[in-house]
Amino acid sequence: MNEPYGWWLPINISANGAPIDQLITTLHWFMVLLFIGWGIFFLYCLFRFRARPGHQADASPKHFRLPTYLEVGVALFEVFLLVFISYPIWSKVKNDMPSDEEAMVVRVTAEQFAWNIHYAGKDGIFGQTSPDLISPEDNNPIGLDRENDPNAKDDIISINVMHFPVNKKVKVYLSSKDVIHSFGIPVMRVKQDAIPGTVIPVWFEANKTGTFEIMCAQLCGVGHTRMRGEIHVDTEEEFQKWLQDEAQYLDEYSDAGQREDDSDV
Amino acid sequence: MSSHHEEGFIRKYIFSTDHKVIGIQYGLGAMFFLLMGFGLMLMMRWQIAFPGKSIPFIGKLLTQDGILSPELYNQFGAMHGTIMVFLGVVPMAVGAFGNYLLPLQVGAQDMAFPKLNMASFWVFFVGGLVMLYSFLLPGGAAQSGWTSYPPLSNIAPAGQTAWLIGMVFLITSSLLGSVNIIVTAVQLRVPGLSFFRLPFLVWAQLVTSFLLLLAFPPLEAAGVLQLMDRVFGTSFFMPSGLVVSGQALEVSGGGNPLLWQHLFWFLAHPEVYVLILPALGIVAEIVATNTRKPLYGYNTAVYAIIFLGFMSFIVWAHHMFMTGMGTGMSAFFQATTMIISIPSVIVLTVLLLTLWGASIRFTVPMLFALAFLPMFAIGGLTGLPLGLTASDIYLHDTYYVIGHFHYVVAPGTLMALMGGVYHWYPKITGRMFNKTLGKLHFWGTFIGMNGIFAPMFFIGMAGVSRRLYDATIYEMARSVQPLNVIMTYSSWLLAAAQVLFLINIFASLRKPKEAAADNPWEATTLEWAAPTPPLPHQNFPEPLEAYRGPYEYNTTSREFAPQHLQEA
Ligand code: HEM
Ligand SMILES: [Cu+2]
Ligand SMILES: [Cu+2]
Repeated sequence: MNEPYGWWLPINISANGAPIDQLITTLHWFMVLLFIGWGIFFLYCLFRFRARPGHQADASPKHFRLPTYLEVGVALFEVFLLVFISYPIWSKVKNDMPSDEEAMVVRVTAEQFAWNIHYAGKDGIFGQTSPDLISPEDNNPIGLDRENDPNAKDDIISINVMHFPVNKKVKVYLSSKDVIHSFGIPVMRVKQDAIPGTVIPVWFEANKTGTFEIMCAQLCGVGHTRMRGEIHVDTEEEFQKWLQDEAQYLDEYSDAGQREDDSDV
Repeated sequence: MSSHHEEGFIRKYIFSTDHKVIGIQYGLGAMFFLLMGFGLMLMMRWQIAFPGKSIPFIGKLLTQDGILSPELYNQFGAMHGTIMVFLGVVPMAVGAFGNYLLPLQVGAQDMAFPKLNMASFWVFFVGGLVMLYSFLLPGGAAQSGWTSYPPLSNIAPAGQTAWLIGMVFLITSSLLGSVNIIVTAVQLRVPGLSFFRLPFLVWAQLVTSFLLLLAFPPLEAAGVLQLMDRVFGTSFFMPSGLVVSGQALEVSGGGNPLLWQHLFWFLAHPEVYVLILPALGIVAEIVATNTRKPLYGYNTAVYAIIFLGFMSFIVWAHHMFMTGMGTGMSAFFQATTMIISIPSVIVLTVLLLTLWGASIRFTVPMLFALAFLPMFAIGGLTGLPLGLTASDIYLHDTYYVIGHFHYVVAPGTLMALMGGVYHWYPKITGRMFNKTLGKLHFWGTFIGMNGIFAPMFFIGMAGVSRRLYDATIYEMARSVQPLNVIMTYSSWLLAAAQVLFLINIFASLRKPKEAAADNPWEATTLEWAAPTPPLPHQNFPEPLEAYRGPYEYNTTSREFAPQHLQEA
């Protein structure tokens, strides 16, 4: 399939996605099979036991064995899916977090109705943030303390566009400024609610480059539908280039800011 | 109890304590709200299929350009869910069917507490009015989803306050009603009607009422807490440091938004069984009557729904898998969710196996009951990928979820309820409905429902979130947009079919009464032993006794042996 999106699962570009897709596919085959088998029996009964002259219901007590076996079979299959497929996937995806050293760390702070993507910048250290400093007018959507915290000076903030390199673990610290959102990247088989007051780590690793969509998966107000973001999965070189461009832009911007401040005096 | 003084119109039809009148009041009220919930959805479906186009005919009444605004979309969505669940299906399934049929089926003269019963209806009525009134408030009705998650709901316009007050009334009404049903089913059974001779519908109502009684109070409490947050500035659900549109929010903070979700789903999961159990009961009655044989495995089915009732209290967090749950918690709630699927499968199997060896009459109610079975099966099966957390990571909060639960509650429960209306219509009114219209209604409903809900699985599978005002800004949604158009046309078909239904049930009232309406289906349970309609405040001219189980069809020398006849 070349098209990323269609009438079934979209393209998977996540290193963790294959088992999830496999589970979804297996489950649907299982469901379709059960439903068809069941449906054939149902329709056969409707036909064979339809009321008609000369036909009388047979109400003598019966005991069917087969359905019991089938039910036990289905239950065992569910146990199998649970223990051998679902538990391990979940603990890998949601619990076995790579350490901050192993992965590229990004902070994502959701707000009505945008994704603020926060990179630590050249120094690799995230600057302090504080809700008091949040100011959309000053281009400071997450309240980064660029004034006082030297670590904050080089931090990069990108709105709705998240760049990261292919074949590298990415660890996102997810939070929200206002209401609950949900960080959903369908092609990455990633979904995690962003809950104000808590920071929740999410990790993933892309194995294909390209541009794909982020979709907010939790109703967050009138602009919920507009809360569309993009992931840009870059090659390592492209990603470094993007970081440099952003850093340069930041320098120019803060210089400009400096000059404005001066002229005020 | 027999000879009654004449009652005036008001005592007889408005402030009545007769369970049958109250049942009909609930039925008409619920029907109004079901149609309203559906009407809201028709407007939303227009916007989903044809985003940014003005709604024909009625659009201009809503907004200047006739286009549904995102504010209205969110209000209609939240109120569709609320209305359908709390003002439509529950009042219909428990309020109408429970009230009308349960005392008759246990052979009682009325509910155990007739005045409480009347109070329950009027509290429901007030709750409904508050919900309707909320549309007129500045900022409109509640718009944070039927789930009302804070902080969003806490900072929403005044409609949310009305929603909470309305919910407090509706919950109170359900609590009063459920106490009545439990006591009636336990205490007022006629002699001989032991628990295992109760019609399956009575069992279903009994378990349902226990769920309502035990699950609703936490939501009522949570509703009051949210009300305090909104009105008195507490912060039960509000963490510190919130910044909304660049402005720091003036709240004391320190609360936790997830607390609401736990309290909400602690109700709302049992609630889905409240929506489905009475439907299963109705289907069981119709199936037994129209297969002309006893239910296969009646006892098993009864144990299954009791077990289901217990289990439904320990699965709630499967709605919260994406809130940051660790492996242990998620493992527990996945396991309970898999376990709860088993009793549902058992009940479905019982109904299916009842068909074996039957003599199936394809009456109008039976068509609905039969269609219920595969629809419920689809709803149940598609719950599997949502109950396993690994697949839920992808499917959570997509249209797949909407497809899943609607298969349970719309082509499932709604069709069962429609079948129930046809099945008991002759007993309630003394008339027979028009069968041809009934069949047309059935096929229109069946095709319409599937045309709406089946495509949702594909849309969800493509990754599209629910509650989107205009999904077409997403590339992944544009690829499935043709399905949305099909769904919207199907919803018109569904609407057209309901017109036939309304014509049928109201126009048939003008026919002359038929004597045959006493027991037109040759059914065995006690309600059919009553005169048509059953006597006010008394039901049966003489007290009855029950001599056998509920579904003795073709088990004796008689084709059917009513429960109240001594000779077999
Ligand atoms: C029969 C016609 C029905 C149609 C065409 C219909 C359609 C829909 C659609 C398309 C949505 C998704 C809207 C969105 O995500 O933006 C929805 C949501 C919902 N529906 Fe229905 N539905 C019907 C009946 C019912 C019934 C009978 C119930 C409950 C008993 C119900 C309960 C809900 C709930 C709880 C939601 C979620 C609302 C929310 O997002 O907060 N619906 N419905
Ligand atoms: Cu959002
Ligand atoms: Cu649930």
